Amino acid sequence: MLTAEDKKLIQQMWGKLGGAEEEIGADALNRMFHAYPPTKTYFPHFDLSPGSDQIRGHGKKVVAALTTAIKNMDNLSQALSELSNLHAYNLRVDPVNFKFLSQCLQVSLATRLGKDYSPEVHSAVDKFMSAVASVLAEKYR
Amino acid sequence: MVHWSAEEKQLITSVWAKVSVEECGAEALARWVLLIVYPWTQRFFTKFGDMSNSGNVIGNGNVVNHGRRVLTSFGDAATNLDNIKKSFASLSKLHCKKLHVDPKNFRLLGDILMVVLASHFGKDFTPACQAAWQKLVCVVAHALAHEYH
Repeated sequence: MLTAEDKKLIQQMWGKLGGAEEEIGADALNRMFHAYPPTKTYFPHFDLSPGSDQIRGHGKKVVAALTTAIKNMDNLSQALSELSNLHAYNLRVDPVNFKFLSQCLQVSLATRLGKDYSPEVHSAVDKFMSAVASVLAEKYR
Repeated sequence: MVHWSAEEKQLITSVWAKVSVEECGAEALARWVLLIVYPWTQRFFTKFGDMSNSGNVIGNGNVVNHGRRVLTSFGDAATNLDNIKKSFASLSKLHCKKLHVDPKNFRLLGDILMVVLASHFGKDFTPACQAAWQKLVCVVAHALAHEYH
């Protein structure tokens, strides 16, 4: 369960990114394709070379969804309802992959924030990404 | 036997050469305690003193020492890539028979170590670096779980 402190830390952290959110989205995806090659199987139609327009475009989409989620942490299920439908009925991404993206997003954030990605922030973000993953998978069966 | 490309070996050893075992080890273990272990697995750390809040965990002398020990073992793997399963056999038996640690925790600690390295090395912890190290932590986790029965 996200505590009030967790929510505050997440909002503050996201606020510190100063417009780099889209870059982080693309970086996280790029890292995921490198570190977890099976994730590429969901993108046979993409140019997966680093810096590709498609990775940047998709990274932007992912980050926009996370920004929405961060603004609606008290009501994630409703805020992400459309995305939840999409993942359940259309994309059918195996939920294990949500953890891989979460890990790579956290590594990307840590490379940028350094010491500011403190243990407390790390814990809050990990919990948050776990909650987002649960919502995305909640209509699977 | 795990196959390591020349590039992977180079990425692993070059990062390892710059790691502060003291700092990163303590930090990784502290984060693991906070994220994954806290508060329900304090049973692993009854000898470590009060671990009931982050202030008592980070900077806890026992956590620092133990973190150093854990990361030194990782270093043994990093500098001995072609022989990890064998060199971790006795540690594996220890974690199973004496410490009773659920092997799931090895992967989790490995993931946390990635985040610690990322926060220390910034942009130098490139996607290729992360991929090589993610593979290493996976191999180490597997080796540590290998002797479980």
